[in-house]
Amino acid sequence: MNSFSGKAVSWELANGVIELALHRDPCNEIGTLFLGELEQFVSDLPSLEESAHALIIHSKLSCGFSAGGDLRELYEGIRTTEQKAALAGIRDFHQRIHHVMNTLDASPLTTIASVHGICFGGGLELALTCDLIIADKTSRFCFPELRLGIIPGFGGIPRIKRDLGNAVVRDLLLTGRSFNVTKAQQIGLVSQVVGEGEALRAARGTAAQLAKFDRRTAATAKKFIKPIPYDELRQEIEIVCELYARPTVQAALKKFVESTDAQPYLP
Amino acid sequence: MRTQQQTIDEILDLASAQFKVPREALLPDDDFFKKLGIDSLQALSLLTRLEQHFNVELPDYELQGVSDFRTLAERIQTRL
Repeated sequence: MNSFSGKAVSWELANGVIELALHRDPCNEIGTLFLGELEQFVSDLPSLEESAHALIIHSKLSCGFSAGGDLRELYEGIRTTEQKAALAGIRDFHQRIHHVMNTLDASPLTTIASVHGICFGGGLELALTCDLIIADKTSRFCFPELRLGIIPGFGGIPRIKRDLGNAVVRDLLLTGRSFNVTKAQQIGLVSQVVGEGEALRAARGTAAQLAKFDRRTAATAKKFIKPIPYDELRQEIEIVCELYARPTVQAALKKFVESTDAQPYLP
Repeated sequence: MRTQQQTIDEILDLASAQFKVPREALLPDDDFFKKLGIDSLQALSLLTRLEQHFNVELPDYELQGVSDFRTLAERIQTRL
């Protein structure tokens, strides 16, 4: 099917470009509903790829690209479920989201993340599956997971290590600080910076340029220069599941979810 | 080099424009979360604009506990 309209995401194929739009209030938090629709997308992707040369992922929400994993849903799941079952659920969720991310990463299409505003945690991990990140000046990036006692669990560390120097990765991961688009371009995360509200237009322009090239050659080039770190990705799931078994995670989630502090996103 | 008062004035101008709050309603010692009616994600969007305007990088952990424009200006001033 060339188009789909869901509660969290929608997609449409037109003129050889698939546009995957994220639109789950309040800021595209990735929970089970979001994951289910992403799974449907990657299930449909092979047939869409036959008529496409590019994929653009963008957000329709003003807050930004995505604030990452749905921490409230995660906390409720841990709080209301017996620990063994909760940990099994967390493992299942991570295996499923890794399948989605790996499929996007391995797509033969040239993929573009069109980013504005907040691009945190799982949202950044989703953007990192893309070949290009085009971001407007309002964009802000962050891996805040350490403050919850976990590490990024949707494939973020292996993918950002693939793309950036390890010193930068350590800074982002270990300080949990957010950084703006100027810094993101300096470190090589973002390839194009555009004015506020212009990221999707720029992504569409880039996708139009890609249509001029032979698809098989572009796919071969991508496969050559962008290996997928499957071993590290599998290790990441194991580490994340070990960390979730610790009581500090539930305490940190409780603090975040129940906080009346105006600054829960500030580390 | 800007004076701290200039920095405060520029912050107030930017905050007023971004969140559509009358400039004259904003004072240096105001709690910007309350006065602008913003949450933490919106505060980060203000931080982004301030970094661009002043051409500084301000790690957000330096803003922990900061909620008034004057202290925000002091933190920015140390990076100019």
